[in-house]
Amino acid sequence: MSAAEEVVAEGHEAVEAVPKRAMTLGTGTSLVVLAALLLVPMFVKNFIIFQMTMLLIYGLAVLALNILTGGSGQFSLGQSAFYAVGAYTSAVLMEYFNVNYALTIPVSAVICFGFGYLFGKPALRLSGIYLALATFALATAMPQLLKLNFLEHWTGGVQGLVVTKPDAPFGLPMSQDMWLYYFTLAVTVAIYIFSVNLLRSRSGRAFMAIRDNEIAASSMGVNVALYKTLAFGVSAGITGVAGSLGAIAVQFVAPDSYTITLAISLFLGMVVGGVGWLPGSFVGAAFIIFVPNMAESISKGLSGAVFGVLLFLVIYLVPHGSRQIAILGQQLAGKLRRN
Amino acid sequence: MELFTNQVLAGIATGAIYACMALAVVMIYQAIDHLNFAQGEMAMFSTFISWQLMQWGVSYWAAFVITLAFSFVAGIAIERILFKPLAKAPVLTNVAGFIALFAIINSSAGLIWDFTIKQYPTPFGSSPFLGSQLISTHQAGMIGVTIALLLALYFFFQYTRIGLAMRAAASVPESARLVGINTSWMIALGWGMATAIGSIAGMLIAPVVFLEPNMMGGVLIYGFAAAVLGGLSSPFGAVVGGFLVGVFENLAGTYIPGVGNELKLPIALALIISVLVVKPAGLFGRHIVKRV
Repeated sequence: MSAAEEVVAEGHEAVEAVPKRAMTLGTGTSLVVLAALLLVPMFVKNFIIFQMTMLLIYGLAVLALNILTGGSGQFSLGQSAFYAVGAYTSAVLMEYFNVNYALTIPVSAVICFGFGYLFGKPALRLSGIYLALATFALATAMPQLLKLNFLEHWTGGVQGLVVTKPDAPFGLPMSQDMWLYYFTLAVTVAIYIFSVNLLRSRSGRAFMAIRDNEIAASSMGVNVALYKTLAFGVSAGITGVAGSLGAIAVQFVAPDSYTITLAISLFLGMVVGGVGWLPGSFVGAAFIIFVPNMAESISKGLSGAVFGVLLFLVIYLVPHGSRQIAILGQQLAGKLRRN
Repeated sequence: MELFTNQVLAGIATGAIYACMALAVVMIYQAIDHLNFAQGEMAMFSTFISWQLMQWGVSYWAAFVITLAFSFVAGIAIERILFKPLAKAPVLTNVAGFIALFAIINSSAGLIWDFTIKQYPTPFGSSPFLGSQLISTHQAGMIGVTIALLLALYFFFQYTRIGLAMRAAASVPESARLVGINTSWMIALGWGMATAIGSIAGMLIAPVVFLEPNMMGGVLIYGFAAAVLGGLSSPFGAVVGGFLVGVFENLAGTYIPGVGNELKLPIALALIISVLVVKPAGLFGRHIVKRV
């Protein structure tokens, strides 16, 4: 087929355009959710608090991917690699240099930003499915690289590293789990607000222009190369923060925790949550944390199949993920109010 | 020198398998513009079917033919039931669908046949080929079957009506519909053929990697790599890519110090990324021109 004819096949876009307003929850709803997140841990068991912490952490990682894909329209199946770099940065700093856990988080944000920016450079020439494949390669390579002999001194090789869980500071009467939850919540809220503002800013509009039409964006004077690598960097940086928090919460890092399975989970979280809808990241995170457990309790041997069937149901019934449900809910609420 | 020839020949033999997988990937990619992440699991399931048939006393070649037919029908069924409704959905939704299919097949195979490693017979035997120490008869058989398959596909697409119709449906669906080609069924046919080709790859590699539900993980990644290296729009390129990746993988494992078996995969993938950065459409792929 000739080049001109191939343009016809190029018709379907990778990501649908999302109106700017539809990217977040309203202020009222946000405050209610925040209040619930602040209050619930006081009434539940430590294990549930731990799970809520993990939900926020995975939510952050999905949010990072959402900025990359929903924002700038680039795919990534390699987020687990950035997550791993963040986790190892925190672990190594805490264990070998006795750095305070809270200080390791900005460090891993910076390191992962650089890492993502550098990876984004060669990736500039790739788009769509080729980029998915290149990042997929990165994710497959990461566990092997962490096991390399000359890094073993720092990474602990196959055995990995044990991370100490921090106590609540200033003698606050709180369990370690609870303190870590509030700490994670604070980081999450900060990054969430940052992300919302980023996507609403000039840079965010540049991302979206590139997503919708790269050539048109460049002819409008958007520096495509810069903003694409920037999106990669920001996404990697946030994923790195999630990785750091994850390492502290789980108290352990090992190469095999950061395989391609993790990258695929994060990707699924984004699809289930709704691409380009930031609050959906946390719904998606809940899906990837709780549904496999649920599937296991339905049928032990068939948990993968149950998970797959549920996933199919989601993409058939709500192809735009939880965003679609939220919009439906809003319309319903509007109707009820009018009656 | 002998080590070198040995490694190259072994590379060509595994390359034949990657070529088959790459061919299957490219066939579906041509038909629907998506990479099938479940291709390897589909091949694995087919291989289990043939193994089960042989356990029931069916001879190798009878099992081979029945499995091909089963895979062909199963491929069409998967397209009709699961992916036809997604034809107009965004790319990301389709990728999620492939991952869901992956999980379903992998876990069902594990439930039916469990996760223990099983021996799988080779029809060619494993003695040295023609008395030479360089290559075994199974490896020679793998190369032979791949070449025969390629020729068959070439004649099918070049000289049969239905092959022509499939090519037309893949390249210009609108015009193909206008001349009376049922493009929707051509896509299903593409799925059926790709699944059958994948099952051949599975049955050929099973004696080497042994039979178990996760056997195709690595093979599929190499298959993708081969397809991308050769260019996703070129079946011929996919095959060449397969052989190249096979040979490169083996040579890198032997000659680059510190690579060994563990780092073979990352090295092969690094090669792919380097090629893509220099030639984004792959070695034989066409560069796509975009219009605003």
